[in-house]
Amino acid sequence: MVNIKINGTALQVPENITILEAAKMHNINIPHLCYLKDLNEIGACRVCVAEIVGLDRLVASCNTKVLEGMEIRTNSPKVRQARKINIELLLSQHSARCPECARSGNCELQSIANNLGITEFPYHEDIKHLDWDQEFPLIRKDEKCIKCMRCVQVCEKVQQMNVWDVAKSGSQTLVDCRGGKDITEINCTVCGQCITHCPVGALVERDDTQKVRDAFADGDKIMIASVAPAVRTSWGEQLGLTHDEATATRLASALRAVGFDYVFDTDFSADLTIMEEASEFVEKLKNAKREKFPMFTSCCPGWIRFIKMEFPDLVPQLSSAKSPQQMFGAIIKSWYAQILGVTPDKIYHVSFMPCTAKKYECDVECMNSSGARDVDAVLTVREMDRLIRSEGVNVKDLQDSEFDKPLGTASGAGHIFGTTGGVMEAALRTAYNLVTGKNPDPDAFNYVRDYNGLKEVEFEIAGAKLKIAVVHGLGNIRKLCEEIQSGRVHYDFVECMACPTGCAGGGGQPIHEGEELGEGRGKILLDMDKKMTLRFSHENPSIIQCYKEYLGKPLGEKSHHLLHTDQSKWELWKSK
Amino acid sequence: MSRLVIRPETEIQATANSLHADLERRVTGAPPGLCPLDLASSYLKVYSAQTCGKCVPCRVGLRQLEKLIDDLIEGRGDLKTVDLIERTAESIYHSADCAIGYEAANMVLKGVRGFREDYIAHATKGHCLAEGFQAVPCVSLCPAHVDVPGYIALINAGRQADAVRLIRKDNPFPSVCAMVCEHPCENKCRRGLVDDALNIRALKLYAVTNSGHVPVYREGESAAPATGKKIAIVGGGPSGISAAYYLGMMGHSVEIFEQRKQLGGMLRYGIPAYRLPREILDEEINTLLTAGDIKVHTETIIGGDSYPLAKLRSEFDAVYIAIGAHTDKSLRIPGEDAEGVMSAVTLLRKIGDDNYPDFTGKKVVVIGGGNVAMDCARSSMRLHADRVVIAYRRRREEMTALPEEVMAAEAEGCELFELVAPQKVEVENDKAKALWVQPQMISFVKDGRPSPKPASTEPVRIEADIIVVAIGQGIESYNFMNVPVNTRSGTIKTLDSEELENMPGIFSGGDCVTGPATVISAIGAGKIAAANIDEYLGFNHPINIPVDIPEPVPHNRPACGRVKLRERSVDDRVKDFSLVEESMTQEEMEQETNRCLRCDRYGFGTFRGGRELRW
Repeated sequence: MVNIKINGTALQVPENITILEAAKMHNINIPHLCYLKDLNEIGACRVCVAEIVGLDRLVASCNTKVLEGMEIRTNSPKVRQARKINIELLLSQHSARCPECARSGNCELQSIANNLGITEFPYHEDIKHLDWDQEFPLIRKDEKCIKCMRCVQVCEKVQQMNVWDVAKSGSQTLVDCRGGKDITEINCTVCGQCITHCPVGALVERDDTQKVRDAFADGDKIMIASVAPAVRTSWGEQLGLTHDEATATRLASALRAVGFDYVFDTDFSADLTIMEEASEFVEKLKNAKREKFPMFTSCCPGWIRFIKMEFPDLVPQLSSAKSPQQMFGAIIKSWYAQILGVTPDKIYHVSFMPCTAKKYECDVECMNSSGARDVDAVLTVREMDRLIRSEGVNVKDLQDSEFDKPLGTASGAGHIFGTTGGVMEAALRTAYNLVTGKNPDPDAFNYVRDYNGLKEVEFEIAGAKLKIAVVHGLGNIRKLCEEIQSGRVHYDFVECMACPTGCAGGGGQPIHEGEELGEGRGKILLDMDKKMTLRFSHENPSIIQCYKEYLGKPLGEKSHHLLHTDQSKWELWKSK
Repeated sequence: MSRLVIRPETEIQATANSLHADLERRVTGAPPGLCPLDLASSYLKVYSAQTCGKCVPCRVGLRQLEKLIDDLIEGRGDLKTVDLIERTAESIYHSADCAIGYEAANMVLKGVRGFREDYIAHATKGHCLAEGFQAVPCVSLCPAHVDVPGYIALINAGRQADAVRLIRKDNPFPSVCAMVCEHPCENKCRRGLVDDALNIRALKLYAVTNSGHVPVYREGESAAPATGKKIAIVGGGPSGISAAYYLGMMGHSVEIFEQRKQLGGMLRYGIPAYRLPREILDEEINTLLTAGDIKVHTETIIGGDSYPLAKLRSEFDAVYIAIGAHTDKSLRIPGEDAEGVMSAVTLLRKIGDDNYPDFTGKKVVVIGGGNVAMDCARSSMRLHADRVVIAYRRRREEMTALPEEVMAAEAEGCELFELVAPQKVEVENDKAKALWVQPQMISFVKDGRPSPKPASTEPVRIEADIIVVAIGQGIESYNFMNVPVNTRSGTIKTLDSEELENMPGIFSGGDCVTGPATVISAIGAGKIAAANIDEYLGFNHPINIPVDIPEPVPHNRPACGRVKLRERSVDDRVKDFSLVEESMTQEEMEQETNRCLRCDRYGFGTFRGGRELRW
């Protein structure tokens, strides 16, 4: 411990921490913009500056360590002036048209400028614009970028995709796609981690809410919503609800209030995915000699883009099962259209996702197998919140209501799809049943859960030893793929999720400055599963009904047509 | 009212002068920027401020040039803009009334022609060709990319042995370089913006002087497991030993083939002991040879019939040729073969093997203006010469020797004759008697430096018993190695990887590739060879940073002078070949290390390029 003083108060803090961390520990707020713990401590914005008594010049509190006897002032006139002017300088290059910005109200620059009482602006405006493909699911607005470098760091250090880089030099320095390439040509997985780590509105998803409003306005469409597992953990975060208030059933009411005719649960199709994927895996095991292992899960489109771009040789080892989103689209527009007695084009299906890559996935041409577009629009949780707010729905006063039947019934196994390890755990529960004819203890496989990046486990089903791996975050995935390709490791089944912690930490989730909420959200899903009596996908009555009435059997002809895909045929991007 | 008055400097003038001095320091002290257009535009702003405002091309034209270049920078221009810039600059150059205008235009013109591709890239793509970023100046300018801020921080923390370990990550020769490195690291030291560059080499000398013996491996450390691969290194100089050191650490078996009696190359046979004491050189080399399985064969010549390169290649998995540049260039003047005329290489080689000639009572003339010439002159003083003259064709300003070497030579009593070109050696009884030189006058600038031309005066006689020719070295024996050679410079031709084209597994680097250059570039070449040979053999053994680096402590950095090394008194030092320089004291070290601006942790270095953890 070292003895320091902050703003005159004597404090004891651990050695080797920064001034910013020390201040935070004692609830002293030092505003900061570019700082991102462990990832971006580069002292670029100079907003977190502090004064050390005895020193002439200010220091960045984000990367200056405390020392014994240090006397720090976080609010002296010198600090105040520098901080305010640095914000004003940033504003001179920032298109501060806040009312039309997706991040208004959740923007660090805006809130710091407000807090510092900036009401007049003394500098010349110098705002630059860069062209961008507005069709691409990920949109960069250079006129809003404050060059904090967070996107560069997240993409380089966590996801290791190196999409973003510093471009130009001197006072012309900006952030752009590496090598001056177009975003559609560079290996961007559309994971959206740069969006969730951007402090302002320079990186956003393509806004599809208007498309959905237009469908409502059409008046002729049957509007169907499906809600992905991880959405229920986070949808209320920016609508002023606590986690206890923001239940899935209240969400169902909110979406009905927006105007949806039917509100379904993507977790149903997560169960469906398990039926197909577990069966596929068991089949592969039976033909082990002819098959190549590991089999990879295929529900994460960020991961699919990654493997296609970075490890094309491994693509044939992907499960052919579509993702829950796309299975849902196919089933709604076939079986459910049949139940409703309408043609599929009468239905408008909106998929609510914690994900930006899903916007890409629904646009992949060969995905559509119902005869219409299986998924008409994908909205992230952030867009969903905006949609709910724009309809004036008062979520606090809503009563809970159940999802519609039959596509609103899901098992605990379906719920845990939204967190790392969940797909694997759900698949193993059903695979065990497929092989042995008996159910395992539903918690038998919960040791695949892990939030540290990579988890490897070995277990036995009916005497057969299986080696599996669960990995999340593209940097970790890259390392694993290299190991697999080099033959240094061997697995039978691998679950990959592009975002750290899986969909719970997805690129389409609400943004909270300086906080990583993925793990906490994931645990909500694990908790839901734990409390359920229905914990096996193959016991979901709606799943049983669906196979009985429509699909036949897993891997059957209809399933093959509707629920499986040839990943090698997915184009990475086609500009319209 | 007086007819003429003295005008004392006003406060305003004093401020202006001081700012002017700051600007000068800033321009010399910092990299000028990454984008050549940005650079041109900002300089044009200075030129516009300098114009007197009378003539049109200068007053209006320079401002227009600035705006046109800004158009390109801001992405508003096209190829026509580039063309217009060139024509305008040309016209200003041709028509401005005085040098303020036409020289400004000339600089723009040089830029738009020299950086043509960058201008075109701006016009067509809206950005520069130049990639990269503002690197840590000292690290990027060091050919071996030694972690300078890192070891300065360690020296400051009193961790001298760790400083040595950190240096060895990129440069196995900290002791040698502490004494003889040309320290390109200091050229653009950012501290120059405040006062003056850090004395980096002197700090390194402090570290090696105070570290005690630092073995290659600490307890529990060792070379990587043996790979079973064998690598031959031809030439036991700094480049060859550096490659051997890293390859040994990586677990390969290395054999060094050295033509002479002892290892060291130019370190032993080119640099006299008063700059690099033999015991220090020997200790450093002996330490490095413990890095792994490294065998040494001295007095073994590779190439020719006895041991052709092809044979060596067939016996080893890879070969590194680092034979240096040891042949002397001759003057081609009458009388050159007389007794008493010798090459610098011959003299220094003798000294290298402790075979000191006696120049007692002799008059010595050393011909040349490089560091080797200074080494010969200063050695001659120590060999008890009666008089030592350094004869150089150009002026002191054009000498390639480090200014401190020239100063030291003069301090030790050598006389410098500038602007004299050797014409003939006067010979009596087959012995040199005098050197006749043709006086020169300095004339036009060619290839960036003023060139001499013969003056219309009579030749001058300089009495001389010994004439040492130090006008550069060439590369020997490559031709009977049958390796590709650059026809113009006579050096060995390699790819960027230092591998020889169409000769897989044979690499080459150091002076034999670059021509006579610095110790640190030879070391850097050895490091590159080690990495690429390792990769060629199918491995990827990383060389990791061996220590943790202290965090910078924030403190005021008031402008402060640069600590210089003291030297032994002239009277004392000319009597022997012992080291001339004395290491700095602890308090000097503390002040000097605290001058370091820690560019690894401030500025762009905190974001990128601040520290290379492995290579």
